[in-house]
Parts: sequence; structure tokens; C-alpha cells
Amino acid sequence: MGAGTERTLASPHRRLLTVVANERLGAYRVLKVADPDGPVPDPGQFAMLAAAERWGGGEDERPYLARAFSVARVRDGEAHYLLEDIGPGTRRLCALEAGEGLWALGPLGRGFAMPSEGRRALLVGGGVGIAPLAILQDALASAGGGDANANLTESPPPKTGAREQPMPVTVLLGFRDGAHAAGARLLGQARIATDDGSAGHAGLVTDLLVAELERDGHAVVYACGPAPMLEAVRALCAARDVPAQLALEAGMACGFGGCHGCVVPTRGGGYLRICVDGPVIDAAELDRVDEHAGAPA
Amino acid sequence: MSPVQFCGLKLGHPIINGSGTFDAIAARRAFGDALDREFPFAAFVSKTITLRPRAGNPPPRLWEASAGLLNSIGLPNRGLDGYLAEDLPELARWLPVPLVTNVMGSTAAEIAQLVQACDAREEIAAVELNVSCPNVQTGLDIGADPDQLEAVVRAVRPSTSKPLIVKLTPNTADVSACARAAQEGGADAVSLINTLRAMALAPGPVNPSRRWLGGGTGGLSGPAIRGVALAQVAAAAERVEIPVIGMGGVQSAAHAQDLLDVGATLVAVGTESFRDPMAGARIARELAFRAA
Repeated sequence: MGAGTERTLASPHRRLLTVVANERLGAYRVLKVADPDGPVPDPGQFAMLAAAERWGGGEDERPYLARAFSVARVRDGEAHYLLEDIGPGTRRLCALEAGEGLWALGPLGRGFAMPSEGRRALLVGGGVGIAPLAILQDALASAGGGDANANLTESPPPKTGAREQPMPVTVLLGFRDGAHAAGARLLGQARIATDDGSAGHAGLVTDLLVAELERDGHAVVYACGPAPMLEAVRALCAARDVPAQLALEAGMACGFGGCHGCVVPTRGGGYLRICVDGPVIDAAELDRVDEHAGAPA
Repeated sequence: MSPVQFCGLKLGHPIINGSGTFDAIAARRAFGDALDREFPFAAFVSKTITLRPRAGNPPPRLWEASAGLLNSIGLPNRGLDGYLAEDLPELARWLPVPLVTNVMGSTAAEIAQLVQACDAREEIAAVELNVSCPNVQTGLDIGADPDQLEAVVRAVRPSTSKPLIVKLTPNTADVSACARAAQEGGADAVSLINTLRAMALAPGPVNPSRRWLGGGTGGLSGPAIRGVALAQVAAAAERVEIPVIGMGGVQSAAHAQDLLDVGATLVAVGTESFRDPMAGARIARELAFRAA
């Protein structure tokens, strides 16, 4: 099981888009942006975003560079992004209001590959890293998987016709507390773990993953979240010979391979660039997930 | 924009990229052949190529500074042989502008070997020397000392008949003396400024020394250094007769025009391309509009 080798290409021109809505989702924001002419991203691809106005000149004269965000969902000509205010860039984006402008470059990078060999899909997310799993769940559903939209806040995606053998999808999401766990509504039918036990399983999302793999290990794991979570997912999948695709994240200056800044050390030495070689990396390519290669915890 | 003559090369406009700020091969993976049709620069300057492959520095490699970017990338590249065998044939297939290959070595002999290899390849239009490399004997950056720089350029000069550009370091007492030394040594042009040496501390106790960058220190670029660049380009242009490529914090045609006004023949766009891959084309278009 390799990560996707094909990718949807971006135009080298940034697009000036308009924010349609900025909705609260627990401790997160869901930024909905009209992007009728943008290429439809593959699940796992990302975009570089920057507010058209007041980008820079904030705290410490930042933000300066655009910020990388997984596309969380595309629907009705809109792209949705999951945001958490953790610094000057995300703070400005979280403050965007409907009607304001947003520069977007994308879709960028290499996304998830669909399951093969009849394996079931196990989606494992942590914190704001759940974002690319939402669009992946949509894609798996429209490819014949279970009902990804059993939640109340989202309307169903267009179905392309059910397959004869539905692709089973299990979603496991971990958060630090109940306020963040409200973000799980981005996906459907998710089982939740929280560090403080205020929602779902009290403990780590990897506890849930272990139980799932012991129940039925004929699976492919798709994971995105903080580096320690990704490393735990990598290690326990490796120990069980379960293929895993990890969506990584790191500070990025450009998003298209120019700066060589967002690297992750690979098995056998050397580095991969998360932006062009990933962000989805086959776990087998890594000895371990570098502490700087995950979503904000 | 009217074409520009630069060391015998005819360029479509005066905007090129700074070495290490645009990876044409990676960009084509992201943008496809749209990049061939509207390449943002009038010439493409490669990342620094070294004799042997380099993996680069351990992460983290980036830090967003106030109005700028601190990087400690460590010049990852596949080495001279890999570059000649793999990158050059690919670039030759589709790159629509002249190719400038940037090389770095730690001795004059090593640099000469790199330059000679570039001289033998018709895909390469010009060679740029990255002299921000410590001399293996003295530990000082080759390009930081005028006498040492002149000697190295003089030793390397016979290795190529192609235009030889010396990329000066700003981390020196007198950049204009270094520019003059490059000219005396036989350079056809100088380019400046490279990044300014800088450092950032980690926000938390990530490591005992709290240095954020995996490489310890890094180079500062972006709008934060624009005024430094303007002063250094002006100083260099006053001391040399050869063409000057000016760069440092250019984000708009007005910034590019400032560098042209103090004596630059070409202007390179660097960090701004990280924010907008088509920044070079945009600035060239704006310059043409201002000139019309």
C-alpha cells in the first residue's frame, strides 16, 4: 500500500477567494471559502492560505508567510478548512469574516491512496489533524463505503453509486478535552478519546486503534495528528504489519518544494519534503516520525 | 519589458530568482507544464550544487521572523554527478529560460572542478559561485575576506568561458571591497545579498541550548533585510564596472526599481516566491508597466 502517486495539479497562480462563512466547531473554526474554479483536491492535499488584508503587522510583525492547511472538505463549490488559533497566522485566519478575501495556492502535495486488497479503512485523527480525514471519509463513502454523513451538521455528498461490496470505514479521533472533541462533528460516526476523559474513551486514540486492529487487522490505517500520535500509530501498525499512510505537517515556507524547509528524516537516511513528497507518507518509509513532523498538538 | 543584456545573455526581462529560493523541478511536480508556459523568471538559478551529495541540516529548518524568514537548510543537493546526470536533462526538456548553475566548494581546486564540469555542459548558460562557505584551512567564509576571495576567483576563472557570477556574502565588514575583489579576480558579475546570519531561540525547552534551528544559526531573508540589501548593492555597484545582480526583500516592482536605480542590472526575487510562486512574473510585469 503506497501513498497516492498521482496528484491533482495546482495552478502556479494564487487564487483570490472570498470567505463564505467562519463557523465555530467546539474549540475550532471551520472556514468555508467559495472556490468554484479551483481544482478539486485529492483527499490529503493541502493549500497555502493567507488573508488578503492585514496579513503581517500583527504580533512580532507576523504573520509573513502563508500557512499550510489540509482541505477538510469540498462541497458545492466551497472548500472547507479546519482552523485552530495557535499563533499569529491561524489567529488572523480564525478572525476572517464572510466577504473577506483569502489568497489560496493549491491543491498541493500528494494525498491518500484508496484501500486495496479488500482492506477496511481505519481513520485515526488527533486534534486539528482530523481535517484531511473528513474529505477522505467523503471520498471513501462516495466510493461505496458506509454512511459518512450520519452527523447532523453536514448534508450528504453526491453519491456516485453504491458498490457491490461497501468499503467499511472506522473513524477514531483523539482530543485533549471535550471542547476540542466537539470538532469530531466534522466527520461522521466517529469514536472519540479524550486525554481528560470528558468525552468518549478516557485515554489515547491509539488505545482505540489497538482494540480495532486486534478485532480485525485486515485494514489500512490513515492517520493525521500530532507527531507523538503519528509515531505511536506508525509503531503499532509496523508491529502488526498493517499498512499505514501518515499525513504529516511541518512549518512550511512555500508548499511547492522551493525552500526545502519542511523535511522529515526517512528510513535509510536523507529527508523527504512534506510538501511535495507528502504530506501523505507511507509509514514504511519512516524509521520514526520526527517530533517536528506532526500537526499542532 | 524590453529584453536585457547580461554578460552576453539576452534575457526577456530583468527579474531572476535567487539561488535556493525556487526549485524548478519540484515546482513542476506541483504545477505541471503550466510552469513551462509562464515561467516566472527571465533566467533560472539553481540551488547550490556541491561536489558530493548533501542531505542538508536536521529539522527544524525554518523560523518565521518579524517580516522575514530564518532558514537553516544546509544546501541539500544530489551532488555534482547527480545534478549533471538527472537534473540537467530534465531541465533541458522544458526549462524555457537560460539556466544558471550555482556551485559551492571549500577549496579553490574543488570549486574549479565544479566550474569545469559546468563549462562542459551546453545546458548551462552561466555559473554562479556561492562563496559563503568556510575555507577548510582558515575556517573563515571564502567570500568574507577580499584577498582570499580574489585569489579563489582568479584560480577558478580559467575553468570556464561561460559567464562567472560571484554571489557575495553580506556577513563581512566591507561588501564593496569583496565585490571589487571578485571583479579583480576575473568575475563577470556579482550578485548580492545572500542571507544575513541570524538565530532564533525555541519558544519552549526543546533542547538545552534552546536554539530553534537544527543547524543552530541560519540566514535571514525577506522584507526585514531590504534596507540592508539596498545599501550593500549600492556600495558594490559604486566599486565595480561589471554587472550587479541585486536582491534582498524584493516584493514589488518599486523594490526592484530601487535596486536598479542604485546600479543593479538584474534583480533577483527570493523569499517572496515562497509566498507567491508567480511573484517574479508579477514584478517583471509591474516594472514594464512603470517603464511604459
